[in-house]
Amino acid sequence: MAKAAAKKTAATAPSVERRPALAGQEFSATGVTLAVLPPAERISLRAPEASVAALSKALGVTLPRKPKTSAAKAGRTALWLGPDEWLVIDEAAKDPLADCAKLTVLHSAVGISHRNVAISVTGPAAAATINSGCPQDLSPDAFPVGAASRTILGKVEIMLLRTAADAFRVECWRSFSDYVFTFLSEAAGDAAA
Amino acid sequence: MLLIRCPYCEEERPELEFRNAGEAHIARSSDMAATSDDDFEKFFFIRSNPKGIIYERWRHMHGCARFFNAVRDTVSDRFLMTYKAGEPKPAKLPGASK
Amino acid sequence: MIAAFRIPGAGRLKQAETASFSFDGRPYAGVEGDTLASALLANGVHLVGRSFKYHRPRGFLSAGAEEPNALVEVKRDAARKTPNVRATVQELYDGLTAQSQNRWPSLSFDVSAVGDIASPLLSAGFYYKTFMWPKSAWKNLYEPKIRAAAGLGVAPDQPDPDHYSARYAHCDVLVVGGGAAGIAAALAAAETGVRVILADEQADFGGSLRFESGARIDGQDGFAWAQGAVAKLKAMDNVRVLSRTTAFGYYAQNFVGLVERVSDHLQSPGRDLPRERLWQVRASRVVLATGAIERHMVFADNDRPGIMLASAARTYLNHYGVAVGRNVGVYTANDSAYAAAIDLKKAGVGVAAIVDLRDNPTGPVIDEARALGIEVNFGRAVIRAGGKLRVSSMTVQPKNGGGERTIPVDAILMSAGWTPSVHLFSQSRGKVAFNDETKRFVPGAYAQDCVSVGACNGTDGLSATIDEAYAAGAKAAKDAGVKNAGADTVKGAKPKVDASESWSRGMLGAAPGAGADTTVKAFVDFQNDVTAKDIRQAVHEGMRSIEHVKRFTTNGMATDQGKTSNMHGLAIAAETLGKPIPQVGLTTFRAPYTPVTFGSIVGHARGPLFDPTRKTAIHPWAERQGAVFEDVGQWKRAWYFPKAGEDMHAAVDRECVTVRKTAGLFDASTLGKIEVVGPDAAKFMELLYTNPWEKLEPGRCRYGIMLREDGFIYDDGVVGRLAPDRFHVTTTTGGAPRVMNHMEDYLQTEFPHLNVWLTSITEQWAVIAVQGPKSRDIIAPLVEGIDMSDDALPHMSVREGKICGVPTRLFRMSFTGERGFEVNVPADHGQAVWEALWAEGQKHGACAYGTEAMHVLRAEKGYIIVGQDTDGTVTPGDAGLDWAVGKKKTDFVGIRGMARPDLVAKGRKQLVGLKTKDPKVVLEEGAQIVGDPKQAIPMTMIGHVTSSYWSQNCGRSIALALFAGGRDRMGETLYVPMPNGTIEVEVTGMVFFDEKGERLNG
Repeated sequence: MAKAAAKKTAATAPSVERRPALAGQEFSATGVTLAVLPPAERISLRAPEASVAALSKALGVTLPRKPKTSAAKAGRTALWLGPDEWLVIDEAAKDPLADCAKLTVLHSAVGISHRNVAISVTGPAAAATINSGCPQDLSPDAFPVGAASRTILGKVEIMLLRTAADAFRVECWRSFSDYVFTFLSEAAGDAAA
Repeated sequence: MLLIRCPYCEEERPELEFRNAGEAHIARSSDMAATSDDDFEKFFFIRSNPKGIIYERWRHMHGCARFFNAVRDTVSDRFLMTYKAGEPKPAKLPGASK
Repeated sequence: MIAAFRIPGAGRLKQAETASFSFDGRPYAGVEGDTLASALLANGVHLVGRSFKYHRPRGFLSAGAEEPNALVEVKRDAARKTPNVRATVQELYDGLTAQSQNRWPSLSFDVSAVGDIASPLLSAGFYYKTFMWPKSAWKNLYEPKIRAAAGLGVAPDQPDPDHYSARYAHCDVLVVGGGAAGIAAALAAAETGVRVILADEQADFGGSLRFESGARIDGQDGFAWAQGAVAKLKAMDNVRVLSRTTAFGYYAQNFVGLVERVSDHLQSPGRDLPRERLWQVRASRVVLATGAIERHMVFADNDRPGIMLASAARTYLNHYGVAVGRNVGVYTANDSAYAAAIDLKKAGVGVAAIVDLRDNPTGPVIDEARALGIEVNFGRAVIRAGGKLRVSSMTVQPKNGGGERTIPVDAILMSAGWTPSVHLFSQSRGKVAFNDETKRFVPGAYAQDCVSVGACNGTDGLSATIDEAYAAGAKAAKDAGVKNAGADTVKGAKPKVDASESWSRGMLGAAPGAGADTTVKAFVDFQNDVTAKDIRQAVHEGMRSIEHVKRFTTNGMATDQGKTSNMHGLAIAAETLGKPIPQVGLTTFRAPYTPVTFGSIVGHARGPLFDPTRKTAIHPWAERQGAVFEDVGQWKRAWYFPKAGEDMHAAVDRECVTVRKTAGLFDASTLGKIEVVGPDAAKFMELLYTNPWEKLEPGRCRYGIMLREDGFIYDDGVVGRLAPDRFHVTTTTGGAPRVMNHMEDYLQTEFPHLNVWLTSITEQWAVIAVQGPKSRDIIAPLVEGIDMSDDALPHMSVREGKICGVPTRLFRMSFTGERGFEVNVPADHGQAVWEALWAEGQKHGACAYGTEAMHVLRAEKGYIIVGQDTDGTVTPGDAGLDWAVGKKKTDFVGIRGMARPDLVAKGRKQLVGLKTKDPKVVLEEGAQIVGDPKQAIPMTMIGHVTSSYWSQNCGRSIALALFAGGRDRMGETLYVPMPNGTIEVEVTGMVFFDEKGERLNG
């Protein structure tokens, strides 16, 4: 069946089913809701300072240069992860890899759309939920809206983005997503305290 | 849990995000293959392990992922300062007692 | 019905709200708000436990966390049985069930109390001296007996059904301790708007205001003021108020561990409630307001039930409305016990006499006691207590000797003075300083951004305490909150003290008549049964350092950590040594301040959250097929796929044969994958791997070996060059994180001039290995845009294209020796592509195979597994992989290490094959190899078996082994001695199947 489909379908549209990890899972507790977010396009972007302007232009979002910050435009978010490293997430189904491919300036763009899973943590107890396993100060002063950082949750690494006063996007590697969702679910139950 | 100032993130971050990477300022020879046995021994095996001020490498493993250098007092377990990889050994240390 | 010792109208509890509970099987009635201790005392129960060493009867010494004696087991059900609960801390709930510990057969008759009679055998250091010989008896006889006799409580034997939560918290000012000082400091800090956390170990805030009947603040009773102030703090957004929360550890950079007991006080805690919550607080400033702990008097038989701290009796009366006796005696060296006597007397309790060790003390409390008609004796000592299961009398004598007088009492209240609680200060690495005038250690030099206020700082009097604490709270907020505008403005008003109590001084060490040279037991440390005599003896036996005295006597080493005993112990040691106290010094205070459950430390990290379980995208398919999984690091990998009726052997044999006969599908997704991108990618690869890379053409692959600088194999894997500036590197499954770290390390710190970047793509790609003669036939129908012919896609090449309509990086490579492919597809498509390949494979009779068959198949070909056939001391030469080292290269990591004299010397262990003489015998992996089986034991072991399997394809067992001179011994017979006999083996090459490698294109 799959074989037949492969032959019939145009090369642009995947013919086999995409089965994202934890697809559609949600969890709610007092003051916090967790939801596994739909798949997104993602690249790990590495580049020296001299290439940043050209890459920003090509991507349509100004790559942030300040630690622990992010920039967003038209469904595309660039998270500063390191002095020459950004995580670019596109939720508008426009592949940032293609945008970078045209560029000749020095850079490395690697597709990681399937590597990461995103979980939204929203509600007044969102920060407390994450602070169950994340040692960073998530108060609005220390981690304002738009702040982004690679950090720790329990025993795994996550990428954390504050999308609103009471909302975070937690990204982790695919095989850690079960752990992260389970951790956040357990923490959520106690986060209103 | 210590707080360690990452010179790339420009702020103190929790120790859980970091990993120690051994003594700093041990240069790998640009002509490695020609290194004498004695020099290789010094380069690879011999570490100062001081009581007091140590220059060491850390990596902000679960942060910006950069390696950087730190000056730490092994007696008090205090970080005196941190600086970027490749920067020279600081001539002066802030708050060093001796 | 009101309990016998509950005084109607006294205390703060609503006496009508009763709660029933049981102790040692007997039912009792208590009142809501009671502790187990106050409820038992209300019922006249003082005897609640037996001591650790001598099994002496014990009652309540205190009314708080410092309690050394009243340790009980609280049982909710079979699994929730908590030993060593301090009855003075456990809050009563309706239905609470508690029982005493350390007694057999019953609390009032304990056969082990013979230890009390035989106590000369059990004096200080008895462990070290008594049970020395014979050696074997320690393990088999002494230790089990001692443990059985001396254990503290019994741990539950079932898994803990409760859950525990954890939280990291940050604040500007953390205030530890919620007495008058802590509340005042928190008020001052909170009013500036900075983030404040106020924590107190008790259920109610107020600290010593609970018993200080003489305190009035802002026109109210002190305790009532505390409740009002805390209510105000709770209402503020910037303040978190934590009751039942103990700050147990003070770590570097103002990192403080708090345990909040969430549900131990509830009758039936909701399942959603954690039992405890661990707060790991990072505070900009810490205010320590931890108060002071009253000390007992050290005199003969001072441990009899009914003898307690004066402040405890006062707490039971003023807070719980309970009289600790009907006719109490008081023994003191300090004013504060007078207040207890006065309060009790006013409540209608008989006070037989106050015995004051001081010669001519004066002051209002003394006058008041006299005015109330209480007999007051100065310059006298209580030289012993009468009674056994309950104190019945106190014998008084002038302190310099003279006539004795025995006064009947049913309780003795004692106070030797107050010890500032400098535990957390000391844990913060602050240095304590001894105040000779007040005989106490107080905070001296600070090591962290914290400040001590009130009694823990040696500040006497409520007015001075509140002044100091309020100012300190405001300053802490200002220092912490420099970025917060207005942080230096305290908006509220400082609490005003209208009336207060004040006391200081007291005495340290043994009181007269504590039996310097007699056999009486004047206890210094109740929980560990350490007497004044034990401490003197320790000094006499040569212990000079207080740390040695502590360990020799075990003074201060019990679960109460010497809260009441350390200062007395120190004073006695100092006196015996003839040195001033500060010269002898305090022992180190260590975390935890009070015992912390394992549960709270573990927190969420149990069950599925103990460690992440990583599963591949294809895992659900394997699970449906009934695969048996094995753990490889955190990964679950399909080990083998048994069909109905197959055991592991049969399944693995079938899988191995099928792969070589037709084909097999294998989930290789867990392999580490790193994308190396940049114009200097090849240069970087040259430096990190032994192999040459510059000339590897895009579209081709190479097996790479990575060394550490010492020349030993670190990792290996197939690397594909996708483009001149892009490599797709694979690593071992277990090596993925460390290889990435190793590569980043060199790139960032040794070769930062190279324009190349590394990205982990392990989880981006699911990897399906299709191996076997039919592999191409299975894959080809699904592939678009890749010419699959041998000419276009020879062994060790890689192409990008599509499979099943999704992008693929298709590697032609083999870890089986058969024609083989590894199909990389984006992870979310992994399962669907696998299913499509599986459907194709079914047409050809292919199987799914697991890691065990993978291991056998590669061993048949002599392909090594790093970490199994190598152990961190194996060079490429040792492993027979010299061919993979670029001979013309001038640098790579390990190039110099490899050339070290010992690494190129003759006789090194080398990896070779072994065939057992009996083909049916399968060697044990790890078995040692010897050259001469007849040599004397211990034999010279020349190496070991690294891999060993039954090979169905070869029809015999096969093995790889690492031993001295390996390749020079081809054809020799060696021996593997095993418990059941010695196995003869022949040394062979490493390739057992298809030696010419023809099947790669078969």
